[in-house]
Amino acid sequence: MGPLIPNGIIPIEWDSIIAIFIGIVFGFVLESSGFSSSRKLAGVFYGYDFAVLKVFFTAAAVSVIGLYYMDYLGYLDINQLYVHPTYLWGAIIGGVIMGVGFVSGGFCPGTSLCAVAIGKLDAWIYVGGIMIGVFLFSELYSFFEPIYNGYFLGNITLIDSFGWNPYWVIFIFSIIAIVAFAVSDMVRKKVKKVFY
Amino acid sequence: MSSKNKKNSHVYWNPYYGGFLLGIIIIFTFYLTGRGLGASGAMKSSVVTIVDKVAPTHAENNAYYSKFISKEDSPMNTWLVFEALGVLIGAFISGGLNGRIKWRVQHSPKISSNRRLVFALLGGILFGLGAQIARGCTSGAALSGMAVLSSGGFLTMLAIFGSAYATAYFFRKNWI
Repeated sequence: MGPLIPNGIIPIEWDSIIAIFIGIVFGFVLESSGFSSSRKLAGVFYGYDFAVLKVFFTAAAVSVIGLYYMDYLGYLDINQLYVHPTYLWGAIIGGVIMGVGFVSGGFCPGTSLCAVAIGKLDAWIYVGGIMIGVFLFSELYSFFEPIYNGYFLGNITLIDSFGWNPYWVIFIFSIIAIVAFAVSDMVRKKVKKVFY
Repeated sequence: MSSKNKKNSHVYWNPYYGGFLLGIIIIFTFYLTGRGLGASGAMKSSVVTIVDKVAPTHAENNAYYSKFISKEDSPMNTWLVFEALGVLIGAFISGGLNGRIKWRVQHSPKISSNRRLVFALLGGILFGLGAQIARGCTSGAALSGMAVLSSGGFLTMLAIFGSAYATAYFFRKNWI
C-alpha cells in the first residue's frame, strides 16, 4: 500500500532517481503548456489568456480526486501523505507578497525554471531575484520569525478545519473549477486580444 | 520541410490536457514519495549552500540557514534539488522539440527590455521572500497543498491570486 517509499516497498536509494524523473515530466508538461512564457502566464491577470487558471485548477482537481480515489480503493493511505502545515498569517502574508511578485515578474519559481531552461534571460534574472529574496529573508530571519513560526494550526486539512466531508469538498471544488473555466472563456471573448 | 509544414513555436498544449497530466504527476509523486512537488526549495538550498561556502560561521550562527546545514551532508542533497534539475531537463527537451530554445528577453513591445529585467528582478525578490514566509511557492504550498486539501495550501493559493489580481492594475503597462 502506498506511499511506496515511506512504506519501504521501493528502497529509499531510489528517492533521488525518482526525483529527477518526476522533475523531467513536470518540466516537460509545464513547458509544453506554455508556462515558460511570462506573457502567457500574466494573461490570467488581465483576461487575455487563462492557461494558468485552467492548468492549475485542472491539475488540482485531478490530483485530489485521484488521491482520494486511490485511498478509497485501498492503494494509498491518505493519512500517511505529507500535509503542508498551516501557519495562518504566514500563509496569508507570504501569499500576498508572492502575488505581487507574480504579477511583477510574470513567473512563479517552477515556471521560471522552465523559462531558464529555454534561454529566457528575464527568467535568469528572476531566479537571481528569488535567491536574493531567500537571502533577505534568512538575514532578517529574527524579524520574520514571529509570522514564520507563529499562528501554527498544525498539518491540518479543510476536513480538520471545518469538519466537512472530503468527498463533498472535492465535488464542490470541481464544480467551482468548471464554473471558473466557463466564466474565464466568456471574459476572454470580451477582452482585447494581446498577441505575444 | 516547407515553411507550411513548419511548426508554429508558439502553439502550446490544450491547457486541460496539460493540467490533467500535471494532476497525474502529482498523484504519482504522492503515491511514490508521500510528498508533493516543489520548486522554490531548490533555490533555498542553493542560497544556503552559497552562504555556507562563503561564510560558514555566519551560516551556522543564523537561525534559518542552520536548520538546513548538517555536518555529514550537503544542503544540495535533497529531493527538491534533484527534482528541480529534472524540471530544467524536461523543459529543455520540450522547448527543444518545439523550437523554442533561444537566448532572449521576452517582453511586451511597449516596454524596453531593461524595464522588463528590472521588474523581473523585483518580482523574483518578492516571490523568494514570500515563498519563505509561506513555506512554499505555487507548486509546494498551493498546488501540492491543495492536492491533499491542506488548509494552508488553499489559503496560500487564495492569497497569491487575490493579491495578484488586486495589484495587476499597477503593473498593466508591462503586459498589455
